[in-house]
Amino acid sequence: MDCSHLFDFKVNKLIVAFTLFLAFFCVTPMLYAQEDTTHATENSPVHPEQEKKFDIGKFALHHIGDSHSWHVIGDTYINLPVILYTADGFVNFSSADFDHDDEARTVVERKGLRFVKMHEKIYYASATANAEGQYVSLDEKHHPHNARPLDLSVTKNVCTLIISIVILLLVFLNVASSYKKRVGKSPKGLQSWLEPVILFVRDDIAKPNLGHKYERFMPYLLTVFFFIWFNNMLGLIPFLPGGANLTGNIAVTMILAIATFCLTVFNGNKYYWKHIFMPSVPWWMYIVMVPVELFGIFTKPIALMIRLFANITAGHILVLSLICLVFVFNSLYIAPISIAFAVFIGAIELLVAFIQAFIFTILSALFIGMAIEEHH
Amino acid sequence: MITGSIAAIGAGLAAIGAGLGIGRIGGSAMDGIARQPEAASKIQTAMLIAAAFVEAVALFAVVVALMGNG
Repeated sequence: MDCSHLFDFKVNKLIVAFTLFLAFFCVTPMLYAQEDTTHATENSPVHPEQEKKFDIGKFALHHIGDSHSWHVIGDTYINLPVILYTADGFVNFSSADFDHDDEARTVVERKGLRFVKMHEKIYYASATANAEGQYVSLDEKHHPHNARPLDLSVTKNVCTLIISIVILLLVFLNVASSYKKRVGKSPKGLQSWLEPVILFVRDDIAKPNLGHKYERFMPYLLTVFFFIWFNNMLGLIPFLPGGANLTGNIAVTMILAIATFCLTVFNGNKYYWKHIFMPSVPWWMYIVMVPVELFGIFTKPIALMIRLFANITAGHILVLSLICLVFVFNSLYIAPISIAFAVFIGAIELLVAFIQAFIFTILSALFIGMAIEEHH
Repeated sequence: MITGSIAAIGAGLAAIGAGLGIGRIGGSAMDGIARQPEAASKIQTAMLIAAAFVEAVALFAVVVALMGNG
């Protein structure tokens, strides 16, 4: 991968600016977290001594998860619409009706149906509250086993998806129109920023893996590359419009992996299928070879899915845990260390954002290339 | 007093394995680039792909550890 032409470019300055930006805002989530925890201790009626012990795992998992409202700053939230499909059809209401309750204590009644929210999941409320005032019945592991409506809400991740679509469209329509206008001239503006990246996808990802038929798959590879890259970058911004963990959501990466899977399967030529069902080995080897090869068709996209999901999620958890060190040690003097490390990891994550987009795209190209290869 | 779960030990073991694997890949790539600096870009690509495969296994372990912990 010859990235040197990429980084010699303006991107270099951009990365420095972005890292400083990140450095500045690494401080702010900490302040919010401080407010959040105090908030929780004031409101919760029970176990004050247990609340004091800070649970990194719970905190990190809450922050990387999806949410029905978007935390902006302090006590300001953007309340996103809740759309539920129940037995009586669609039910809509604002997530503000839950009053930021995430422990199933506030019941919302619509169309004669009662809903509660617990850990960002919406359940049908039980008729009566349990001992802790929660309208759900919990099993021994504190997981509710109430029935759930089909949740089609516009959550934080859905919002980010829409925002990223808008950004991608704005950027690429701009670039495409300036290509039309400036035929035969040197690139300008956004165009000159993205041209080396697009050429990089074509020359270093598509051509070596797909051979002379690369042009058919360029739209898909470019889309996937820029979608993942932009969303990884958006995920690194700890406030609006970023802050959602879209590429660290396994459903999103699953859809991307399914797209690659479909392209591989539907473009596979006879050599590819022959290699799977009738490899040139003695017939008794088929008993082992065919199941293994068939299994391989599915493990490749599953690995793609988990790789992207786990990389991005692990990065977010790492940054959050480093910031949480302040609360674990309960001392302000640990803050410079934890912030220095968080900024360092943030800078690495910037690189990982690019590398993961690259890896996903090049592996997609590799799998498609294996399926359309002409001869052996 | 040590608290935690056995899943964390599993994640640590996976990290050791992945560290060894990626270290070997990186070291060999360095050797290759030192011998043939003009092939650096091709070696880097191959290195990243191989590292991604190794890393994926470690991350599977982390995911399993997280699930086991939760």
